[in-house]
Amino acid sequence: MIAENLSESSFENSSNTFVVHAGDYLNKLSGEKIERECKIRLEQGCKELVVDFSQTEIINSIGISILLGVIDSAENLGAKIIFSDLNAESIELFEMLGLTKHVTIA
Amino acid sequence: MIEERTKLVHAFGALAELGQEVANRHNFQETIRTSLHLISGALGIMRGGVARYSRYGHELNMLAVRGLGDDFPLSLSLCLEDERQFLTNGLNPIETSHARVLPFFQVYDRSFESRRIELFVPLVIRDEIVGAIFLGEKATGETYSSYEKEIICAMGRHIGVAVAQRNLMAEIERQTAENRKLFDDLRTTYNDTVKAFAAAIDCKDKYTEGHSVRVGRYSEIIAAELEWGTAEVEGAATAGYLHDVGKLTVERKIINAPYRINAKESAELNKHPAVGYEILQPIHHPYTDVPLAAKYHHERLDGRGYPDGLYDREIPYIAKIVNLADSFDAMTTDRPYKARRQAPDVVEDLKRNAGKQFAPELVTAFLRGMLREISGDAKDKKFRRLLGREYMETEGMVPLLRKTLNEMKPTSSLTYIAASVGGDGPRH
Ligand SMILES: [Fe+2]
Repeated sequence: MIAENLSESSFENSSNTFVVHAGDYLNKLSGEKIERECKIRLEQGCKELVVDFSQTEIINSIGISILLGVIDSAENLGAKIIFSDLNAESIELFEMLGLTKHVTIA
Repeated sequence: MIEERTKLVHAFGALAELGQEVANRHNFQETIRTSLHLISGALGIMRGGVARYSRYGHELNMLAVRGLGDDFPLSLSLCLEDERQFLTNGLNPIETSHARVLPFFQVYDRSFESRRIELFVPLVIRDEIVGAIFLGEKATGETYSSYEKEIICAMGRHIGVAVAQRNLMAEIERQTAENRKLFDDLRTTYNDTVKAFAAAIDCKDKYTEGHSVRVGRYSEIIAAELEWGTAEVEGAATAGYLHDVGKLTVERKIINAPYRINAKESAELNKHPAVGYEILQPIHHPYTDVPLAAKYHHERLDGRGYPDGLYDREIPYIAKIVNLADSFDAMTTDRPYKARRQAPDVVEDLKRNAGKQFAPELVTAFLRGMLREISGDAKDKKFRRLLGREYMETEGMVPLLRKTLNEMKPTSSLTYIAASVGGDGPRH
């Protein structure tokens, strides 16, 4: 039920690209749902995953962990990840923690 | 330098959050999962796991995993050598690549290698291994710095405490369950002993065979009808079973006299309530008032009973219950000098003596129980089992009981003072 709702509100489909709206789900245990959904899409053959941070102000450690999970799945399946609309602080944090080494910042 | 400071602020944020998560203790599984996220997110760690250590099974069982894949073992065994080394090491990260000498790292080498587990942290809390954390490579690809290891230690202590607390709770729950079982066993033993005792008391009195057992059952019926709790109903039954225990010291020929006994013999017999109290009082009963029930089961509301001639409110409630049960059994069983009375006659007697010998609300409760059984509302036919179907379910009983219950309005506790006619109580 929840996963379905999430896929309606947080995921957009255009050919082999999926857009995920990070929102503020990421920073809680509920962010695991986003991670699971991404994994399913990647396993279904999605080759490009865009994570949209336009609605995301701060990213905490749980959010980072969830994103690392998504990155790990994508790398295992040979898919590309794009982080879009990140604010300056988040970029700094991602660089520091090494996330930027695994994704494209757009 | 600035980057280092930002890193620290971020990591300490995670540490603070972890401390709160552990302190809040909503749901253990969620706490552990959150903890793993916080460690991974604080330092940018690609994958990992948190396990709990089973002292009995000597194995680490995974509570939460991230990115370890399906092939990674969910249960990892430790040998004594591993255990000893981890205890000596304490809660500090071990670099898996430097620890190949230990059997643990030899056995699981391939799993660690394939998932790139770089650090293993035994969660040692108060000189005991409670669990472990497995951490994969960092997203930066760099090795862990000493300050990062410090942070891992601090977070590990929080997680270790959470696991230790959980283990303690589980142990307490197990002990509580065991105690409850032990208590149940004790209660069963006590109840069995009481029944055996009742049978022994009844053995002495050949004309009233089964008397104590029946009084126990009737007391139980009355207490249940008063909607008492299970333990209290059991207590009432016990009081009934043991009410005549003092008779064990009365000479057999007096108890079994096939005639109305004389004054001297009567005085001897009338000591049995006090003697019963002396016997029962030193015993620790799970239910209160069992000794008092024995002492006062021949008292009457109107003060004409014995041994102390107490009035209504001075008589313990449980003794009133046993008195009613005792009198009912005396009336409904054959005695050497007297055949039993017919059921409708007994009902009339109980009603007539309510407020004089018996507490009216107890008579009402007892008759209500009787009516429920005879009219078919109660499944368990207790009266029928004790007195026989023909005796209890005689014609006119149901209307009689209905009429009697209707007529028995709540009686003032002072009524008995004006009463001059005594009841037809039990004779011992
Ligand atoms: Fe008695």
